[in-house]
Amino acid sequence: MSHLVIAPILWPLLAGTLLLLVRRAVPLTLRRRLSLAALLIEILLVALLAGAVVMSGEILTYELGNWPAPYGIVLVADQLSVWMLLITSLLAFFAMLYAVRGTDAGSRHFHPLFQLQLSGLSGAFLTGDLFNLFVFFEILLLASYGLLLHRGGPDRVRAGLHFVALNLAGSTLFLFAVGTLYATLGTLNMADLALKAAATPPENLGVVRAAGLLLFAVFALKSALIPLYLWLPAAYSATSAPVAALFAIMTKVGAYSILRVDTLIFGSAGGPLADLFSPWLLPLALTTMVVGALGVVAAHELRRQVAYLVVVSVGFLLTAIGLGTQASIGAGLYYLAHSTFAAAAFFLLADLIAMGRGALQDRLDPGPIIPNAALIGGLFFITAILISGLPPLSGFIGKFMVLRAAVATPAAPWVFGILITTGLLGIVALARSGSLLFYRAETLVIERGSVTTRAPVGPNWGRILPIIGLLTLCLLLVIAAGPVTDFTQTTAAQLLQPQLYIDAVLGVPEGDFTP
Amino acid sequence: MEVLITLIIGVLTACGVYLALRARTFPVVLGLTLLSYAVNLFLFVTGRLTVGLPAVIAENSAGYADPLPQALVLTAIVISFAMTAFIIMLALKARAELGNDHVDGRPDPGAHS
Repeated sequence: MSHLVIAPILWPLLAGTLLLLVRRAVPLTLRRRLSLAALLIEILLVALLAGAVVMSGEILTYELGNWPAPYGIVLVADQLSVWMLLITSLLAFFAMLYAVRGTDAGSRHFHPLFQLQLSGLSGAFLTGDLFNLFVFFEILLLASYGLLLHRGGPDRVRAGLHFVALNLAGSTLFLFAVGTLYATLGTLNMADLALKAAATPPENLGVVRAAGLLLFAVFALKSALIPLYLWLPAAYSATSAPVAALFAIMTKVGAYSILRVDTLIFGSAGGPLADLFSPWLLPLALTTMVVGALGVVAAHELRRQVAYLVVVSVGFLLTAIGLGTQASIGAGLYYLAHSTFAAAAFFLLADLIAMGRGALQDRLDPGPIIPNAALIGGLFFITAILISGLPPLSGFIGKFMVLRAAVATPAAPWVFGILITTGLLGIVALARSGSLLFYRAETLVIERGSVTTRAPVGPNWGRILPIIGLLTLCLLLVIAAGPVTDFTQTTAAQLLQPQLYIDAVLGVPEGDFTP
Repeated sequence: MEVLITLIIGVLTACGVYLALRARTFPVVLGLTLLSYAVNLFLFVTGRLTVGLPAVIAENSAGYADPLPQALVLTAIVISFAMTAFIIMLALKARAELGNDHVDGRPDPGAHS
């Protein structure tokens, strides 16, 4: 029974290995089906795990090799973990559904890398050990390097080089932070760290604080918080669409780590180290939103615009986390699901639009009419409403709940002002892009005649279906807003009681045999 | 011994940071390698520096060296080794695809290397 906890990590790893082994023996069409089937089973496994966690109302743990908790590595499935896993597996399925329409051809290892990335993501969400988190970060990063560079090309290589170099530097910082924490506190188990950090002797306070803030810097790099966001627009706009869609969850890994470490290790019960991240998180998150919104307005290409929208959504998510109340974190977790699906759908849609415009690609210049313009334009309209947070779709609900949670906090004027301004900038920019891509198209195609050198490729239903699927997930978030917010609110409540996590991992302190 | 190893880690880190900030891919790769050496040494030291103690437990010994940092260092070495190999290949590919070894892929006529 308890083996279910490790299944979301092991299954994609097995599937990836299998896909690697059968590469020569099995034709691509069958490998595509295998890959999709593996992702469906992953969703099923995650759903089973989520069901087990929610039904029991407890935090499930899994001790690797049966080593007891502070000594061995432990996997922990609480509500936050299963929520992230559910979002990841659904996203991966739809991204793959798009990728099998041709993106995966041309490189031999797309499918194994995709599964490996999923395994790394699941591991990062499940692990209860700081060094193990580093290892899973490296697994997902190594897979993501391969996926980012999929099919090559100068733009991808340039963006990939920056991405890899930055993340290597980030990994080094992570190791410095982990080493410092181990040297001062003597443990790497996150639950144990929470206990030890609360009881840090005064002479070590400065060192532990420095290590904690180093961790924060690493997670800020992963989640593209200002000033460490510069890699994101280049990497996301250069890579292929399904990979960019899958990467929509990558920034959320950083946000997840910030949330986990902030509430567990440096939570409000953390003694002298309480609320270590708070003075930094909220101002940085709000600034990220402003800079991201300026990038959205300034972008010349649709894909770059969407990448900046991801930056804005990360800023907003971290604002919700930075406010630090149960209501705001719950609302932020709802927004996390929405923004991941919406951004992924938008990346896929931008690819579809770029394909329909021939040599112009996704540049925001007037161009020829896109084949099937009414349908694509309609999808663009819905996605734009969704991502800029206009009613009645899920973006609006998420933003509204965070704002309502912000009213009672001292930062309310800042949050309101910046959210509404950046929202407006986003709407203006998307309206301009939409009218450029869809309304001004007709006139110019007559004036310039043939602006295309490459024949535009019409969309087919196979590519539209994943987009509709992702948008349907957002619609489900609206229809089931009641149960989902109940779930995210209880998740936030669970996070703000770190004692629950600590007890689940270390056991209720009766057999305390530490010297 | 503590002072010596601290100095070594400090110098390695400083050199690594300096090289990683250079504009050509080769020094950047070297810099990242030096940084990973520095962090591996640093992890090794987190178990405290001890002389003449058994790796785990021995019968007639007063104490033992902390085995966990050694395991961590092994993991970190393997990972950084793989990553370095990857970024070297990537830098070569960038040299081939972009036509020069500038990190932004643009030739700068002012610099001679």
